[in-house]
Amino acid sequence: MQIKLNNQNCCGEKPVIQLTAGEKLCRGHFNEYFESKVFKTIRQFDLIGKEENLGVALSGGKDSLTVLTILNKLSTQNPKIKIHAIAIDEGIAGYRDKTLATAQKFCDENGVKLNIFSYKEEFGFTLDEMLKILNVKPCSICGVFRRYLLNKKSRELKLTKLATGHNLDDECQSIIMNQMKNNIEASARLGPKVGVISDEKFAQRIKPLYLCMEKEVTTYAFINGLLDNFNECPNAAHSFRAQVRDMLNDMEQKFAGTKYGIVNSFLETLPILKEKFRGEMVQVCAKCSEPSSNDLCSACVYLEKLRKSVMH
Amino acid sequence: MLLMKTIKINVFIDRENKNAEVELGGSSSVSDLLNKLKINPVTVIVSRNNELILEDEKLNDKDEIKILSVISGG
Repeated sequence: MQIKLNNQNCCGEKPVIQLTAGEKLCRGHFNEYFESKVFKTIRQFDLIGKEENLGVALSGGKDSLTVLTILNKLSTQNPKIKIHAIAIDEGIAGYRDKTLATAQKFCDENGVKLNIFSYKEEFGFTLDEMLKILNVKPCSICGVFRRYLLNKKSRELKLTKLATGHNLDDECQSIIMNQMKNNIEASARLGPKVGVISDEKFAQRIKPLYLCMEKEVTTYAFINGLLDNFNECPNAAHSFRAQVRDMLNDMEQKFAGTKYGIVNSFLETLPILKEKFRGEMVQVCAKCSEPSSNDLCSACVYLEKLRKSVMH
Repeated sequence: MLLMKTIKINVFIDRENKNAEVELGGSSSVSDLLNKLKINPVTVIVSRNNELILEDEKLNDKDEIKILSVISGG
């Protein structure tokens, strides 16, 4: 799409956003700009093939609803691309119940099948219960179980790929967090397309919003009625990620383009990182047979601790 | 003596789930409002009458403004 700029405004309509480069776009032009940016990302990184059984990880938040909205449009244009939504109910009282209700309503209205899997049903504990038993960081343990379930259920549903709502801000935070923790191997597992395609144990994950800033995603969600009234996860506010996010937002305000700079330069080095940390044969957990880099996967290690604590 | 005109804005900040009345100088903009509330413009979108407005938009007395966080839910 080529937008002709007139004194920085796209046209005579009232603008809804000012992009990093200064252009002000109205609702119609921003929708065009945003959707074509996502489709371009899909083409640039070869995220989606001509025929897919595509899963969308749906939290009910703006990012995942935006991904589902755009991929649903793609599916309408290409009926060989089938869409299934997957939601994980971690069991976070007063938060996830609201977002799941939003997700269900959206799927009902848009003719998408929503598959919900819960920690309680799959592991025997809600996240709230896990955090009362173990003295661990909420986001760490939650991430382990969520990734475990998404991977396992994607495979069981025979999904060819799983799309997530990760945006440019999420990726930028992960890059900087890994740098700060000197964990470059974790950065080798970042990028717009992750997971081992050649191993049947892994569902490949794709990030169609990879080059979209969080403010752009929120603007798209707002003008298309996808924004609901709920705040961030109660466990996330004081996380390391939240502090890195605030630091990056301060830098972005002072030096516009900081986030694009970080992600674009990371993309230049990503092939080198992937080559350096190219995995050997994928191992499986001795207990559950899910993919693992150790004898026992992190989910089974946590579950053992939880069960032992409950017995004592 | 020339009195400087001020305006009063009713603001809803969704991240804190709170309403506030903010007094600003007569020709203030969204940018001035965010500055006064110490909110980084990168982290929010702002609406008036359910329409998005940009940082350079002038505000009027008794405007009803919503400040919506762009931070992901998790």
